[in-house]
Amino acid sequence: MHIVVCIKQVPDSAQIRVHPVTNTIMRQGVPAIVNPYDLYSLEEALRIKDQYGGRVTVLSMGPPQAEAALRKAISFGADDAILVTDRAFAGSDTLATSYALASAISQIEKDIPIDMIFAGKQTIDGDTAQVGPGIAKRLDMQLLTYVSKVREVDLENRTITVERRAEGGVQVLKTRLPCLVTVLEGTNEMRFATMSNMFRAARYPLKTWDKEKAGIEDLTKIGLKGSPTIVSKVFAPTPKSVKAEIIDTESNQPKDLAVTLLAKLFTKKPNLVRDIAKNAP
Amino acid sequence: MEKFDAIVVGAGPSGNAAAYTLAKAGLKVLQIERGEYPGSKNVQGAILYSDALERIIPDFRDDAPLERHIVEQRMWVLDDESYVGSTYRSAEFNREPYNRYTIIRAQFDKWFSKKVQDAGALLICETTISDLILDGNRVIGVQADREGGAIYADIVILADGVNSLLAKKAGFHPELDAKDVALAVKEIHFLPQETIESRFNIGEDEGVVIEMVGKITKGMMGTGFLYTNKESITLGVGCMLSDFKQQKTTPYALLEEMKAHPAIKPLIAGGEMKEYTGHLIPEGGYKAIPKIYGDGWLMVGDAAMFVNAVHREGSNLAMTSGRLAAETVIALKEQGKFMTEANLALYREKLDESFLMKDLKKYKEMPGILHKSPQFFTTYPELINKAAHSMLTVDGVDKKTKEREIRRNFVGKRSLFGLMGDAFKMWRAFE
Amino acid sequence: MSEDNEPRKPARRKVELDPKLAAYKGVWVFVEHERGQVHPVSWELMGEGRKLADRLGVELAGIVMGTPGPESRQFCSEAIHYGADLCYLMEDELLKDYRNEPYTKGLTDLVNSYQPEILLIGATTLGRDLAGSVATTLKTGLTADCTELAIDMENRSLAATRPTFGGSLLCTIVTLNYRPQMATVRPRVMAMPEKDGNRTGRIIEHSLGMVEESIITKVLEYIPDNLQGKPQLAFADIIVSGGRGMKKPENFQLIWDLAKVLGAEVGATRPIVQAGWVEADRQVGQSGKTVRPKLYIAAGISGAIQHRVGMEDSDVIIAINSDPNAPIFDFATYGIVGNAMVILPALTEAFRQHLSTARMAG
Ligand SMILES: Cc1cc2nc3c(=O)[nH]c(=O)nc-3n(C[C@H](O)[C@H](O)[C@H](O)COP(=O)(O)OP(=O)(O)OC[C@H]3O[C@@H](n4cnc5c(N)ncnc54)[C@H](O)[C@@H]3O)c2cc1C
Ligand SMILES: Cc1cc2nc3c(=O)[nH]c(=O)nc-3n(C[C@H](O)[C@H](O)[C@H](O)COP(=O)(O)OP(=O)(O)OC[C@H]3O[C@@H](n4cnc5c(N)ncnc54)[C@H](O)[C@@H]3O)c2cc1C
Ligand SMILES: Nc1ncnc2c1ncn2[C@@H]1O[C@H](COP(=O)(O)O)[C@@H](O)[C@H]1O
Repeated sequence: MHIVVCIKQVPDSAQIRVHPVTNTIMRQGVPAIVNPYDLYSLEEALRIKDQYGGRVTVLSMGPPQAEAALRKAISFGADDAILVTDRAFAGSDTLATSYALASAISQIEKDIPIDMIFAGKQTIDGDTAQVGPGIAKRLDMQLLTYVSKVREVDLENRTITVERRAEGGVQVLKTRLPCLVTVLEGTNEMRFATMSNMFRAARYPLKTWDKEKAGIEDLTKIGLKGSPTIVSKVFAPTPKSVKAEIIDTESNQPKDLAVTLLAKLFTKKPNLVRDIAKNAP
Repeated sequence: MEKFDAIVVGAGPSGNAAAYTLAKAGLKVLQIERGEYPGSKNVQGAILYSDALERIIPDFRDDAPLERHIVEQRMWVLDDESYVGSTYRSAEFNREPYNRYTIIRAQFDKWFSKKVQDAGALLICETTISDLILDGNRVIGVQADREGGAIYADIVILADGVNSLLAKKAGFHPELDAKDVALAVKEIHFLPQETIESRFNIGEDEGVVIEMVGKITKGMMGTGFLYTNKESITLGVGCMLSDFKQQKTTPYALLEEMKAHPAIKPLIAGGEMKEYTGHLIPEGGYKAIPKIYGDGWLMVGDAAMFVNAVHREGSNLAMTSGRLAAETVIALKEQGKFMTEANLALYREKLDESFLMKDLKKYKEMPGILHKSPQFFTTYPELINKAAHSMLTVDGVDKKTKEREIRRNFVGKRSLFGLMGDAFKMWRAFE
Repeated sequence: MSEDNEPRKPARRKVELDPKLAAYKGVWVFVEHERGQVHPVSWELMGEGRKLADRLGVELAGIVMGTPGPESRQFCSEAIHYGADLCYLMEDELLKDYRNEPYTKGLTDLVNSYQPEILLIGATTLGRDLAGSVATTLKTGLTADCTELAIDMENRSLAATRPTFGGSLLCTIVTLNYRPQMATVRPRVMAMPEKDGNRTGRIIEHSLGMVEESIITKVLEYIPDNLQGKPQLAFADIIVSGGRGMKKPENFQLIWDLAKVLGAEVGATRPIVQAGWVEADRQVGQSGKTVRPKLYIAAGISGAIQHRVGMEDSDVIIAINSDPNAPIFDFATYGIVGNAMVILPALTEAFRQHLSTARMAG
């Protein structure tokens, strides 16, 4: 079983600030992390490896610093790591990114055939959830998104059965390998790295691939050129300046506060009563 | 299991200085840091004193992330709504090589760590050393909080900062005394570079430090401080932990009041604030220094209480002690000597010869005096401010009368004997 | 969206729309439905699509894909009532459950046959799965998770605005040289349009042209959430959440009590989940669930950014916090400054009374 996991290094959005004047991202002190959603995918891949044997290769496209994300993946137990990095990729949107990653995966495939690809549900910076499906389409693979549980992998018949989160329920899907899976958050919890894997990660000779090594054939499909979407404007949201209306009564007794609040609430949202009635006992 | 020549616990300034020096000398060094990366827990701004780093990385100015070099030092004595201050600004501070800089620790520590790794040390982060591994009395390794986490080395250098858990666990260090540590909090206020430069009347790359004592600490022993970084202002206040306990107040509350002070408010107006958690500073001085070496181990930096509270120096002592510890180990290795307590006494000798111990000795009475003399933080600032106000208010009263009034105020609030005593104590402490 | 670490610099690029693509006309809205119900986001989009189509002077079409039968036709006429001029209807037994393969093929075929300039899809699990696949197959641009749509009349392009970098910035994205211009849109950000039962329109049928044997993925089972007894935070109309200010696990019962009266789901902040007071499924926030209920009651919650991003789009937020300066009051709708342990029971009682009065009033 050979699984490729696509991970992306992202700035920790919780710590991002926007320059009050220039509206640019202030990265001072903002740490880069592995996209949190990718960790669920990585852990799921590692569990499959634990259960069925095989290898896990992690793949990332990004600037040289993204090395840290890949090393982290090694520390959790991934076997190999490849960083696709080249200035030519700068400015790629999801279409171009999926093209580049799909090419790199085809190169990996030349060494060891691939049974599954895992991608994160979405990234916290791009937040599109498009790259996973994009890779699947480009490689003509079956696509299983929002997987909340891998029920079974049948190596003999080369099938996989998963539970997939749909809007109002869970679909149980069975498909053929190879396939691409994106994993729902909360599906599992990332393991704690062992000391020997920490050592291995610190010393791991990372493979870096430029566009040639990544097998990019058509240069018009990567970078800005290969990106149909164009960012025409970046701006800071006008902050929600409406502060809460603080409920205040003369007595300030809990009961009065509650009654006053409800009067305001149901005046503003008369339909709420109906919504409550739908579910209330 | 792997064995190293040396394990350094902690990747702050002291640990980095030690690991760098050891690795440069060709030793097989492992450095373990519990944070996500070096500096991850140290997001604040701080002052970097060049000399200590220059002795480790002479050309550090080429690529270290330095914010501004300090050209002006202000000292403010604050009353509730006013302050009396002195300013020292010198063109000499504007001549290279600069003597001190503001830095942002998160970036600086990362940079320093990169140098350490380039020098050949192996760094492992997100790993906490939970115990020392002992063979009798001798430290032979460390236990990390991970599966398979026992790692061995000839020498373990404890650079794990104030409140060194390891030292306590191994019994090298008594429980920290609340009298010996200050609790400090800092905030960073982000402002456009041009705003900072015009507000403080400084040019590009030039910086200002303001040290503050007085009413802001509500009689507790402590100080406030403000530094200018490139695009932000670091503002903070610290007081002795024991005082906080007694006063039942928190450093955050102090900081809030400090920010509202009419002298400070306009300096940070319009900034975007980021708040950081507090951190302890060991300020017990010379008398609080614990045992700093033993069989198989050395202690450096804040863990060893190497902080000069009077001059607000810490990282330079940390780096110096880290370097001296490493040089001790290198010297012993070269001579083929074991890392026994007797041999490691060389570290103490080196420390004693350096500015580090000399300075700490010089101020050894200081913490005690200040601790017993809250008047330095309440009464005096008030009186000094009143005096200034009186002298500077033109109201028809003659200056002589005013002087008399001021003197009466001083003696009224604190006996003449007390005043002389304070002066004498301070003189002795600074001597 | 840019995959660079920096948001891309706003670029001015020449419009070199291929004459073949210039022929693409009309605005489409994909009508998403599951288990006999249309997802409200589709109608929200229909309202939005109407505005875009009017601005461009083109027709608005609904896309309905599903099994043959009255239901699909019903959805078509509803689409028209919500503002569509026409509907493209694709009926096939293979479209019974959502599966990526047949839906991608079907929608791609429709686009290639009838050539719309804009295609809008709800940013749901289904919508995102489908949109990403269709856009890649068509090799066109897709802007995900938009919160605002407009037309840039200068070159008749769709200007799609979306949050980026965890909501700290917004960016507007255009697709100038490719068609259709695709976007997925978050549920509950666009207003629900009025329904006009008198509107009429055309229905154009198109066949899928696939056989089951050619579809590799099979649906073995569908487990609706309401049968699973699992917390349904993401879909709840009303959520009552508690934070560290609840102090003790016993006090958390007050949250459950209020939730019961309201038929609400119970949510919590991360520290509460980590302390094990409630299950992980109930965590709201960046590393938990994103929720958009009609009413969100937050008791003893400070309103840290990581919690805020998961719930700030709720219609109404009521915050109970003893600290008048708690950040949650910066964005809640109503606030009560006070001890949650006292306020919650009072609120529960007030709701109980209000509801029983309302019920009696019919
Ligand atoms: C608010 C404040 C302002 C200051 N301002 C200045 C200033 O302007 N100038 C100045 O020179 N000094 C200043 N100091 C003092 C200075 O920060 C310290 O003296 C200096 O950081 C000490 O360095 P260190 O390496 O000994 O400890 P630290 O910098 O504390 O580093 C210790 C490291 O060890 C790690 N660690 C701890 N325990 C373990 C463990 N068990 N396992 C693994 N890793 C562990 C920690 O994560 C940390 O990274 C200030 C301090 C404070 C709190
Ligand atoms: C990477 C990352 C991801 C995270 N993801 C999430 C996430 O998904 N969800 C999440 O919730 N958090 C998340 N957090 C944690 C988040 O930063 C906050 O720590 C957390 O939301 C705070 O929870 P709280 O409001 O319950 O607690 P606190 O911040 O401690 O707030 C408690 C509040 O209760 C009030 N209070 C106290 N007593 C009373 C009383 N008697 N009556 C009324 N009010 C009272 C206090 O005034 C205070 O405002 C994340 C953090 C990180 C770093
Ligand atoms: N540059 C990249 N390198 C590797 N994987 C990526 C990259 N960008 C996106 N991905 C994968 O695609 C998923 C979805 O990303 P996005 O479409 O940007 O939300 C991520 O969680 C990753 O698994």
